Amino acid sequence: MDQLLQQIVNGISLGSIYALIALGYTMVYGIIKLINFAHGDVYMVGAYVGFFVTTYTGLGFIPALIISMAACAVLGMTIEKVAYKPLRNSSRIAVLITAIGVSLLLEYIMMYFVGAKVKSYPNLLSGNVFKIGKIIIKTQQIYIVLTALVLMVILQYVVNKTKVGKAMRAVSADKDAAQLMGIKVDSTISFTFAIGSALAGAGGVLVGVYYNSIDPLMGMMPGLKAFVAAVFGGIGSIPGAMIGGLSIGMLETLVSGYGNSMYRDAAVFAFLILILILKPSGLLGKNTKEKV
Amino acid sequence: MKKKMFLSLLSLVLIMGLLVGCGNGGGADNSNNKGEDGIKVGINYELTGGVASYGQSSVDGIMMAFDEINAAGGINGKQIIPVKIDNKSESAEATSVATKLMTQEGVVLALGPATSGNFMAIVPVAQQNKTPILSSSSTADVGVTTDKEGKVYDYAFRLCFNDSFQGVTMANFALNNLDAKKAVIIKDTSSDYGKGLAENFKATFENAGGQIVAEEGYVKNDKDFNAVLTGIKGKDFDVIFIPGYYEEAGLIIKQARDLEMDVPILGADGFDAPELLDLAGEEALNNVYYSNHYSSLDEDPLVKDFIAKYNEKYNTEPNAFNALGYDLGRWAADAIKRAGSEDTAAITKALAETKGFEGVTGTFDMDENHNPVKSIVVIGLENGVQATSVKVDPK
Repeated sequence: MDQLLQQIVNGISLGSIYALIALGYTMVYGIIKLINFAHGDVYMVGAYVGFFVTTYTGLGFIPALIISMAACAVLGMTIEKVAYKPLRNSSRIAVLITAIGVSLLLEYIMMYFVGAKVKSYPNLLSGNVFKIGKIIIKTQQIYIVLTALVLMVILQYVVNKTKVGKAMRAVSADKDAAQLMGIKVDSTISFTFAIGSALAGAGGVLVGVYYNSIDPLMGMMPGLKAFVAAVFGGIGSIPGAMIGGLSIGMLETLVSGYGNSMYRDAAVFAFLILILILKPSGLLGKNTKEKV
Repeated sequence: MKKKMFLSLLSLVLIMGLLVGCGNGGGADNSNNKGEDGIKVGINYELTGGVASYGQSSVDGIMMAFDEINAAGGINGKQIIPVKIDNKSESAEATSVATKLMTQEGVVLALGPATSGNFMAIVPVAQQNKTPILSSSSTADVGVTTDKEGKVYDYAFRLCFNDSFQGVTMANFALNNLDAKKAVIIKDTSSDYGKGLAENFKATFENAGGQIVAEEGYVKNDKDFNAVLTGIKGKDFDVIFIPGYYEEAGLIIKQARDLEMDVPILGADGFDAPELLDLAGEEALNNVYYSNHYSSLDEDPLVKDFIAKYNEKYNTEPNAFNALGYDLGRWAADAIKRAGSEDTAAITKALAETKGFEGVTGTFDMDENHNPVKSIVVIGLENGVQATSVKVDPK
């Protein structure tokens, strides 16, 4: 029993990170129907920004988190302007391939500047642990879950209660109609990229602090897993991404804890195939007909 | 019209690129070529690319050895001329560098590459050109000095022990020095290195009556090991063996200690990097033991002398790759001297007949498979620093 509870703690902290990344995927997909494969690498850049800020300026966790989110927001908007906007009227596959290109570009630019070796974060949060019975909860795990929760609540508020959020939902529902209604489509899309990338940046800093290890290719696997999470939750749906992220984190933890650790990644991707066969629209996805 | 112009411009640029590429390819660094009266030794190492730190460290050691020997008058009155070419950490590049060294530069022997994979790639070139190649850090069991059937390659030699020896040593260390009866293995399943070590550890441990309670796996770049560790936490075991590299091992150690698992953690030479301390933190690195080629705690005057000289030349503490590179340079020079000529056949024979060569990484003889018979060091960490070192002799 203790072991199961401990595994749940592990699963929730891992899942919160996936959820943060999955949110970016799902928002971008929701608005321009693009699977932004560069998203995992924005998360990597976020981790490095946090690393440089904390190592060279000695700032603490919260300022590093904010600076990193801001930097990633700018990066996300730049990527959109430079790589995706010129292709807005091209076929979706062209944009998808561009996204993979941007992903590789970010990875290897980073490798050129910082090298392929792993870097370790300075000790930002106390390594204290709480013990409830036999269950060990690290302060860092609490920070991760809290930060993720706070960011998701803010996001829900922005999307559902503000004017920009309304514009985002309108563009997502029908871009042309939204434009006719006087909504600035370009800046709305830009804004969506900014928010999604900022969340990924926050995820990067949290991972850096929690695992204490970052490298230029760190975004690949979590990026793919977050993509699975977004699909599971229903791509395009924000609460879906949160549920999906937590579920994938939990699935992974249970497979390696009780099954066989060597099948962990296989289990996650087998799960993706199952969802695509059984319920392609995901848990909370809208079952819309494809407009041709 | 515009398109055509663009195309012709593009092809022009491509052709120029090709030409420039060729020009650079020939850039062998033999700057201290003083006339013809020297002995050319090839250096085919990973100076850039993914494992550049291994290659660069090895070459630093080799150059220090050559500089010393040249300063003392060279080999039989002749200076050593190192011909250093970067193989960019790629096996295809390593092969063409080896061919160039042997056919165009006319080296009497070639040192490197550092990793097993790249070294294996150049073995056929050495066999074809009948020029010996020497490695200081290719530890794979099969394919470096012997082929799959166990037949020895005539021209391939190495100066480091192989992976199976490390696995066996750590199993014996756990059984005899730590009194362990039950062990857990968490292995890197994405490398031959991790799988080979795990196999040998398991076989030795079980043959001696020990029990492997659980065998878990991970792949390169994994960051979260909490689930696996929580899974084994409820089990009864005395040691954890982690055959893998420091990138992940550091994180496993940290997360295990955070989950209050205080058992001894064992590893192999993949732990030997300053980054292990950054990743795991000092508090976690207690009761951690790993096998290595050399320990800076060694009281041997040869080792102390080497550390002092290395410090003076490069202003930093030498690591195992530096020490292995230094030994490799000295061993190559020793063999050329004993051969008494620059004939590759004579040098190959001298290499194979090495007996009692005294190196910083231990005294060794060459066995019939061109592997050294040498002792291994098991280093114990306390608060992240090397605190104990035990020499284990080969059986």
